Amino acid sequence: MPTYTFPGRYDSLEQIAAVVRQAAQDAGLDSQAVYAVETAVDEACSNIIEHAYGAEGLGDIECTLELDEKGLIIILLDHGQPFDPTHVKKPNPKRPLAERETGGWGLYIMQQWMDEVSFHFEDGANILIMHKHRRETK
Amino acid sequence: MEIVHTPFKHCDVVKVQGRIDSATAPKFAEALNAITEEGRYRIVLDLSELVFISSAGLRVLIGVQKTCKRYNRGELVLAAVPANIKSTLELAGFNILFKFFDTVLAAVGNF
Repeated sequence: MPTYTFPGRYDSLEQIAAVVRQAAQDAGLDSQAVYAVETAVDEACSNIIEHAYGAEGLGDIECTLELDEKGLIIILLDHGQPFDPTHVKKPNPKRPLAERETGGWGLYIMQQWMDEVSFHFEDGANILIMHKHRRETK
Repeated sequence: MEIVHTPFKHCDVVKVQGRIDSATAPKFAEALNAITEEGRYRIVLDLSELVFISSAGLRVLIGVQKTCKRYNRGELVLAAVPANIKSTLELAGFNILFKFFDTVLAAVGNF
């Protein structure tokens, strides 16, 4: 189960995407699911940089990828500020333009598109675990 | 990410190739803002060669749409949207905020 360490900078996102796309394909996910995983991980990593660290270049993102019998598990670890997802208001996609919320969309996409999303804070690290299942196991 | 801007008489076509993510969203915003700052508010976004968009890109689109639609002076429309991109836009409720066209030609014809 490989663990990659990426600098917490936005220019890491493209590399992270390539690694995650490959793992998702190896897990037997279909192309829609691969894109969903790529997007969810991008959103999570962008949030780590913006919110956990507060800016680029302040810490690393550790990404562990595992295959299990259902599909792909992605574990992201950072050493930034503890994140509590219950503090993020869920945005409403049905709102008209003027009332549309600016924030919360990254988390929203992750929770809609991944089968399991859980946040943990242990020993000074945020640990985000996401699962994406192959369609046949549903 | 590459951006190609083609101005027409009645609207501007902006073609975006590659990825719109937190790294490239500022450059994307700059390109669109350069058009609206010229007082031009009818924009066709050609997404045929866009391979990825994150919520950072969605934020830019919302901001530009708000600017374009103010005082009913124009709007930003989306053309030739690939299936993956469309899935993100639909998840975020963009189908009620933007017009979608299958081709750039049809989108330009909208204006």
